[in-house]
Parts: sequence; C-alpha cells; structure tokens
Amino acid sequence: MEDIVNVQNVSLKYQSPNGEIEAISNIDFAVKPAEFVSIVGPSGCGKSTLLSVIAGLLPPTAGKVYVNGELVTKTSPMVGYMLQKDHLFSWRTIWQNVTLGLEVQKCKTKENTDYVKDLLRTYGLYEFKDKYPAQLSGGMRQRAALIRTLATRPEILLLDEAFSALDYQTRLAVSDDIYRIIRKEKKTVIMVTHDISESISMSDRVIVLSGRPAVIRNTHEISFAGPDVPPLARRELPEFRGYFNAIWKELDIHV
Amino acid sequence: MSKKKTKEIKPSKERLLYLRRTRNEKAAVYSVRIFILVAIFGLWELAGNLGWIDPFIMSQPSRILNTIANLYAKGDLFPHIGISCLETVVGFLLGTVAGTLIASLLWWSKFLSRVSEPYLVILNALPKVALGPIFIVWVGAGPKAIIIMTLAISLIVSILEVLSGFMATDIEKIKLLQTLGASKWQVFTKVVLPANFGTMVNSLKVNVGLSWVGVIMGEFLVSKAGIGYLIVYGSQVFQMDLVMASVIILAVAAAVMYQGVLLLEKKFVKEKQL
Repeated sequence: MEDIVNVQNVSLKYQSPNGEIEAISNIDFAVKPAEFVSIVGPSGCGKSTLLSVIAGLLPPTAGKVYVNGELVTKTSPMVGYMLQKDHLFSWRTIWQNVTLGLEVQKCKTKENTDYVKDLLRTYGLYEFKDKYPAQLSGGMRQRAALIRTLATRPEILLLDEAFSALDYQTRLAVSDDIYRIIRKEKKTVIMVTHDISESISMSDRVIVLSGRPAVIRNTHEISFAGPDVPPLARRELPEFRGYFNAIWKELDIHV
Repeated sequence: MSKKKTKEIKPSKERLLYLRRTRNEKAAVYSVRIFILVAIFGLWELAGNLGWIDPFIMSQPSRILNTIANLYAKGDLFPHIGISCLETVVGFLLGTVAGTLIASLLWWSKFLSRVSEPYLVILNALPKVALGPIFIVWVGAGPKAIIIMTLAISLIVSILEVLSGFMATDIEKIKLLQTLGASKWQVFTKVVLPANFGTMVNSLKVNVGLSWVGVIMGEFLVSKAGIGYLIVYGSQVFQMDLVMASVIILAVAAAVMYQGVLLLEKKFVKEKQL
C-alpha cells in the first residue's frame, strides 16, 4: 500500500536571542493508510514540534514532509489535529463548536452539516448539541473535540497528547472510546504521547524518540493475538508487559 | 427534575437555621447602611440648626434639598445633569471602542506594538489634566474639549488593558484555529475577540469612572453647563448649597450609570462564559 504520510529526514532548529535549539534531528518514517502510529519520547524532546511540522504549522529547517504524495507547506484539510485539552469555546454551543472547522474553511454546506449531525448522533452527542461545553463531562467534551476534528473529514489525525489533561480513570475510558471511533471512521493516526502504556494500548506501531534533539531510537511493531483488540483489553494481555519493558528501557527514564 | 426533588424534600433543621441566619445577617447589613446615611444627614442638619457649624460655609441637607428644588423649578436641573451624562456616555463609549480598535491594531502587528510601547507608557504616566488647556486652544472651549479630555483620560488605560487581554489569549486555542486552516483575521474574530469580551466589558466599567473624572475636569475648565460647571460656579459665587447639591447629584448620577453598565453586563455576559 502507498504511504499516506512520508516524513523525510526532517530537522528543526528554533532560534532565540539566547541561542539555537535543535528540537528534532533527521526524523524519517512513513505511515500507511488507516495505520495508528504512536511517537513516544521523554517530556520536552520535540514530539509536539514534529506534529506541528507534519501539520504544516512549522516549516522544517531541513527535510520534507509529504501527505498523500503532496509536499506539506501549509495546513491542509486532509490533516486534523487534536490538542491536549479539548479547547471547546465556552461562548459557543456544542454545535457551533463542532462546526468551527467548516466555518473556518467556509464549507458549511448542507451535506457537510448533515455529516456532522450524523457524527453527533452516532457518538451520542446529538441531544447535547445546543448545550454549552461547561454543561458536559470531560469525556463528552473530548468526544466533541474529536467530532470537531472529524467534521472537516480529514484522512489523517494528529493527536498531540490528546488525553493527558484528563485524570487517569477518565483517560483510560476516553482513549478506549476515541480509539473505537477512529477505527470505525478508518482514519490514519499519528499520536504523540509521553505515556508508554497509552501508546502500546492504541497503536499498530510505536516510534521511540530520544531526548533533545529528538532522533528515532527504535520502532516497535505492536501486535496482539486477535483482531483489533481495543485499548482497555490490550492492557490485560500478556504481550503488553513485554512491549512496555522494551520501550521503558529505551526511554532511559531516570528520576 | 432536580428542582422538583429539592422541593419535595423537607429542609433539615440545620438548613432552616442556616437560612434564617443568612437572612438576618443581610437585614443587619442593610439596616446599618441606612442608619449611617440617616445619621450623617441628621447630624449635619442638627449641627447647622444648633449653630455647631456655619451653614453658609458647610451647607445643610435642608438647604441642599431647597437648592435642588429651586434648580428643578427653574428647569435647570435636568439640562445640567443631562449634558454631563451625555458627555460621560460619549466619553466612555468612545474610549472603549477606540481603545479596543487601537489594541486590535497593536495585537495584529507585533512590530507596531513594540514601537509604541514607550509612548504608551509615558502617556499613561502623564496626568492628563495637564493637557486640558492645550485641548481648549485646539478645539475651543466647549463640549468638544470636554469629550477630548475624557478620551485622553480613558483611552490609554483602555488600550493597555484590552491589549494585555488580547495578548493573554490561550495560544493553544489560537493553534487549534490554525490547524483548521484559519487566517489571521479568522483567528482574531473567532478566538481573540470573543475570548476577551469580558476584558472589554471590564474596560467599559473602568471607563465609566474615568469618564466622569474627565467630564468634571473638563467642565471645571471650560463649560457653561453641566454638573462640573455648577460646582465651579457655586464656589465662585460662594453658594456652598449649590456646590454641595451638585456633588450629591453627581454621586447619584455616577452610581446610577455604573449600575446601568452592570445591568448591561449581566444581560450580555452570560454565566456560560465564566
């Protein structure tokens, strides 16, 4: 199968009055359609920078990124982005929040809004569409944030520590929930996280980055016995521990 | 549903006690407030009658009421209040709108904002009253000079306050819009502006007070009408009753206007935004 995302020898240096910081160095990997790839690395290693480059928000200092065969120079409707917090706007209703992308891209057609309504119905938020974010639970808000991202029908989702603002129990439930939605919608995902368990429980492949400047240290193909095991179930399986230990060693975490 | 439930359940003894206590406390606060007001005016009146103070210099509540009644009878009361209120409203609306517009420009261009920074700091530190005579020479002694005076007082503060609100807009929210492909204009209209609605209303509230300062200062300097004019005129002809009456009218007008802005705020800034 053709690669949908192709990251070729990407490096990025930040300039500041105090000097130059090399955030990522020579990162090279490719992602197949409908694949779920996680990138783990120590805090502050440049994982989010890498996502910003893939999203077209930051130009790399060296190297190239291709999405669907096209060179990335600016943001593309092909790519959706989910941030750490849901960032639902408190002054907008859920409906106005989930259609924000359509509004920004000036494509609020009936066909598109019908699609969003379907998403809301499928994922149990339709009755809440006229409520304000403050009236929803954390998990529901994260769902709403995902629907906002899905509304513009991106092929690729970039998840930037998308669950880390939630408390532990909610995070387990929400990541399971979001995983099922993503699989059902057959999206390609690149997820950045510092949580090893989260990466193993959700992805087909885990890329381990070093500390700054981030280089790829290793790549793990994740496979569990049985077809498409969801995150919560994966955590119970014997393979889980093996993957965890291997990645833990590579991350070289010290306190 | 939940409303119904709380209605059905009989409140506990502790709850009733708590409710009664808070009610009593509230009543006590109100009573003491009214008592203080009555006591001050009563004592003032009494002191004048008993000759403890000279009512010609210190005035007296009864004389103040008489003065207000006279002003009203001559048809002077509301025109004077009206002109001052109008100048104030124009001043604070103009100050807030112009302040927001300039803050928007400075948010838009980081270069412009860095260039203007020292100028804003100096203008903010300068006592604006010093500019009064300059405005009078430039635009003439009249309502125009007064409104420019109020603007001078409120504008810089508005710019600084609104700009700092704009700058403090959550970067992640801006990033979210950028990931959706938003232009800078869309970032401004869809995040920065709505996220700072509260800041702008706050600036409006501050400007109500500042505009009154500007209007009274301006009227001291130039006017032929208005509450500030009454105060200056009264002191020049040594009619302390008129001065005191004007100050009390001013206090009431300023309080009513501030309450009006609070009501507007309640109406437009709904709870969901907090």
